[in-house]
This record gives sequence, structure tokens and C-alpha cells, in this order.
Amino acid sequence: MFSAVCLASGLMVLVVLGLILISTSHEAMPVFRQEGLGFLTSSQWDIPGNHFGALAFIYGTLVASVIALIIAVPISLGLALFLTELAPRKLRTPVVFLIDLLAAIPSVVYGLWGILVFAPWLGGRSFMTAGIILAIMITPIVTSISKEVFATVPRDQKEAAWGLGATRFEMIRGAVFPYSRNGLVGAVMLGLGRAMGETIAVALVIGSVPAIRAQLFEPGDAMAAVIANQFGEASGTHRAALIGLGVVLFLMTVIINILARTVTGRADRRLSGAKR
Amino acid sequence: MTTTFPDRSFGARTPQDAKLLRRRRLVNAAFSGLVYACGAIAAVPLVAIVYYVLKKGAGVMSLDFLTKDVPILTRSIGPGMGPAIVGTLLITGVATLMAVPLGILAAVYLNEYGKKNRLATVIRTMSDVMTGVPSIVMGLFIFTIWVLRFKQSGFAGSLALACLMLPVVIRSAEEILRLVPAGLREASLALGASRARTILTVVLPAAIPGITSGALLAVARASGETAPLLFTIGASRTKNLNIFFGANTALSTQIFRNATQPFPGAQARAWGAALTLIVLVVLLTILARLVTKRFSVPLR
Repeated sequence: MFSAVCLASGLMVLVVLGLILISTSHEAMPVFRQEGLGFLTSSQWDIPGNHFGALAFIYGTLVASVIALIIAVPISLGLALFLTELAPRKLRTPVVFLIDLLAAIPSVVYGLWGILVFAPWLGGRSFMTAGIILAIMITPIVTSISKEVFATVPRDQKEAAWGLGATRFEMIRGAVFPYSRNGLVGAVMLGLGRAMGETIAVALVIGSVPAIRAQLFEPGDAMAAVIANQFGEASGTHRAALIGLGVVLFLMTVIINILARTVTGRADRRLSGAKR
Repeated sequence: MTTTFPDRSFGARTPQDAKLLRRRRLVNAAFSGLVYACGAIAAVPLVAIVYYVLKKGAGVMSLDFLTKDVPILTRSIGPGMGPAIVGTLLITGVATLMAVPLGILAAVYLNEYGKKNRLATVIRTMSDVMTGVPSIVMGLFIFTIWVLRFKQSGFAGSLALACLMLPVVIRSAEEILRLVPAGLREASLALGASRARTILTVVLPAAIPGITSGALLAVARASGETAPLLFTIGASRTKNLNIFFGANTALSTQIFRNATQPFPGAQARAWGAALTLIVLVVLLTILARLVTKRFSVPLR
């Protein structure tokens, strides 16, 4: 009896995930039917003309996320190395506290600060503004996963490097990095998934102009952001198109998450194999 | 032809060695400097954000701000955010009532019944994947499955938040359950208690402090969410205590809507709401820490 209740609760996860896919793609059907594959390949988002192509938003999401990764990954790896290899015990607690606080600040507060303080300072709303804000927001998660990954490096490998007379940098390059490569790829991918799904802060600072251009300091738009900004006034095919964007975003983030977990999962297996 | 025998750890014997050693030390020092710099760089945005929220938020903070209704005209200057505070607490509270029990039961299934069988592995992986589902997608999901039939309400927002919290609760609860020593279970089973009784009277009580702390962190996270509430709770400028009927409001959605207004009064209210929200989130986080510290003794 009790076990059945527990099992049912566990199955809820699968039920909810399944329902998300079914329910949202059902409501998005009108636009998928109307545009076909053009929904993904056309960059024309014409609300009065009833024509919806998502390419500009997909482009914006990828550009902002890649900017975020380029900034956040080196800093996060530095923070993780600082916490696992370099920091004296006294400095560790305040840095952990700092990262926890960064993670605790709600997305909308990043957005508020971004639109009223940071964007004017940087020269307006743009891909770059969104990318930098996203970088701040994903730093905590990439740092904490990298930290866990670095912590799995066996002590004897590090000591072997020390024993050969390696400097700290040489020890990290020769013992820590090679051992953590897969785990770090996973950490970066989870950061990417997080950045792509981040909505509110991006909605406020990216500029809301659907455009495919290489100028990173010009305004653009992103998938999650346009849903947040336009959904309130949308109806008919326009609303279906926004829900369709949600379906595409859902599939992209789920695939990235599954890939990330397979990569790290493989690393885990290798690690547990190495112990024996 | 001379063979040099590099003595890497101590004093160099040849000029080349000395040069190499100097270079290696230099690279190492530069590397350490970079790593320390990362800590400093990460602190900059945090300090900037906290500084602005405190400075601008404290300017409008007052008892009126915390209790009065949101003004009819967005351009007017003055308080308040009362309905949004009530809305945030109500919506997050109801979400917690749904997600936490369900999450704990699911974690019990994973750790006590399913363990490593195929179904449990699938649920565990999918639950991890579910933590990566964007919050806006949860909002769309509840819109399509609930709001289209039953209209916008606080409860619709609670449903969306509960979906976001569920995998987080499952994950943290399972980790805590794993820490409960097997000896406790075996002792209870040996005394003739059933599996269910063992879990309810021995395993869960031992794990409850850790589970509470994990759940509080999930609640703190959820209370700041905006995207899942945006199209599920509607908009209201007065208190709505009926969670099942009528539009509601929350601090996060108020910040989002006021942030894009050109009026100083609206922007000031957004900063005030941001300060209120951050204080709420930080209080919950500290509470979670205290619970962990205070009760973490029994599990070694």
C-alpha cells in the first residue's frame, strides 16, 4: 500500500515530463502545421502578416549563451580550482558564501539591475548585455559542478605529480585536468542548458529586436525572452507560435541535459572502476 | 655533446636549468594570480547588485510599502507592494504543500524500494533532466493544461512552481535518505516491523532535518521565480486571498512589469520589491543552513 503510494509519486516525474511535451506540442500544432519546417528555418516573425519563423530567436539564444559560456567557464574553473586546490581554509568559506549568494539572487533581480544599471553603463541593451548577465547567473552552477569533478581526482595521482617535483600549475595541468576532462564537459553543457532556458533577465536586457546579425553590441532577441515579452498580448497562431518556441526550447534543453549526464555518467563509471 | 641531468626540484646546475626553473616558477605564479583574480572578478557583480538593491530599495522601504495596495496608475509615486508579498507567500506556500510531500515519497521509492532497478534509474535520470527544464516552459505547460480550462489563479502559479520544485526536492531528499545508516533499518526490520513501518517511524524521522533543509532551499529558489507565474496568475493590484479564484500577483512579476516602465515611481517600487524578495530568499536560505547545523548530528 505505502510502497504503491511511493511508486506513484516517483512516476509523477515521468508523467509530468510526458505531459509537458504532449500538452505544449498539442497547443503549438496550428503553427507547426502552418509553417512546417519553416518554423525552424525562417527568420521572418511577422505578427500582423501571420507568419512565424523562429530562426532569429534560436540564433539569439545561442549567441547570448555562447557569450555567457566564454566568460563564465574560465572564471568558474578558476573558482573551482581556487576552492579545491589553492585556497587557504580561511578564504574558502567566504568564497563559497559568495557563490551561494550569486545563486540565490532571483533572475528578475538580475534583470532589474541589468536594465536600469548595467545596460545603460555598457551602452544599451544587446546580445552582449544579455551574455554578460547570463555569465554571472551560470557561474555558480558551473563552479559547483566543476568543484565536484575536481574533488574526484585521486589523491595518489596528485601526489605522484608533486613527487616528481611539479609546480602547482604543472600538477593541475598534468594530474587534475586530464582526469576531469569528461566531467568538465558535462559541467559546461549543464551551464549551456541553464543559460538557454534563462528567461526573465534576458527578456529585460537583450533588447527585443529579432535580428540575425554579428554585431554583438546591437539588440537582439531570444526564445525564452520573446515568450515572456509577447505571450501576454498573443492570441491565435501567434500564441501557438510562442508555445511552439517553448517546445523547441524544451527539446533543446532536455537533449543537452541528457548528453551532459551521459558524459559525466561515463566519467563516474571510469572513476569507480579506477578505485578497484 | 653533453648530457644534462635536470635536477628539477632543487638548485640548478647549468644556466639552462636555472632558466627553465625560473620560467616554471613564473608560470606557476602567474597561474595562481589568475585563479585568485577569478575570486575577485566573481565578487564584483555581487557587490554591485547588492549595493544597488540596498540603496534604491531602502529609499522606498516603509510599513506602507509592505502593506498598501499597488497604485492604480503605474506612473504615480509611492507605495506599495502588500498584495504582492501576500501573493508570493501564498503561491509559494501552496506549491510547497504539493511538491514537498510528493518529492519525499518519490525519494523514498527511489532509495528504499526501487534502488538500482531499471525503473528507479529511469526516474532518477529523468528527475535530473527535469531540473534542467526552463522555468518558462513550466509556465507554458501549466498555461496549456490548466489555465486554458480553469482561467488564471494563484493556484495555477502554485502548480507551475511545484513542477519546478519537485525534482529538486526528490534529489536532495534521496541524498539524505542514502545517508541513513543501514543498521537502523535492519534493527527495525529485525524487531518485526514492516517495511512501511520502518520507513515511516525509523528512516524518515532520522532524515527529516536534512530533508527540511533541502526543501527550504527549493522553496527559496521557487519564491523568486517569475517566468512560471507570468501567464498563470494574471495581474492584480489588490490582495486576493482566494488562491483558487481570480487573478493574483507576486513580488517577482511586479518587479518584471515595473522594471520596463519609464516612470521613476514604478522603478522605485521595483527596487523596493527586489529588496523585499531578496530578504525573503536570504531568510529562507539562512533558515535552511540553521536547520542543517542544528540537527545534523544523528547522521554521523
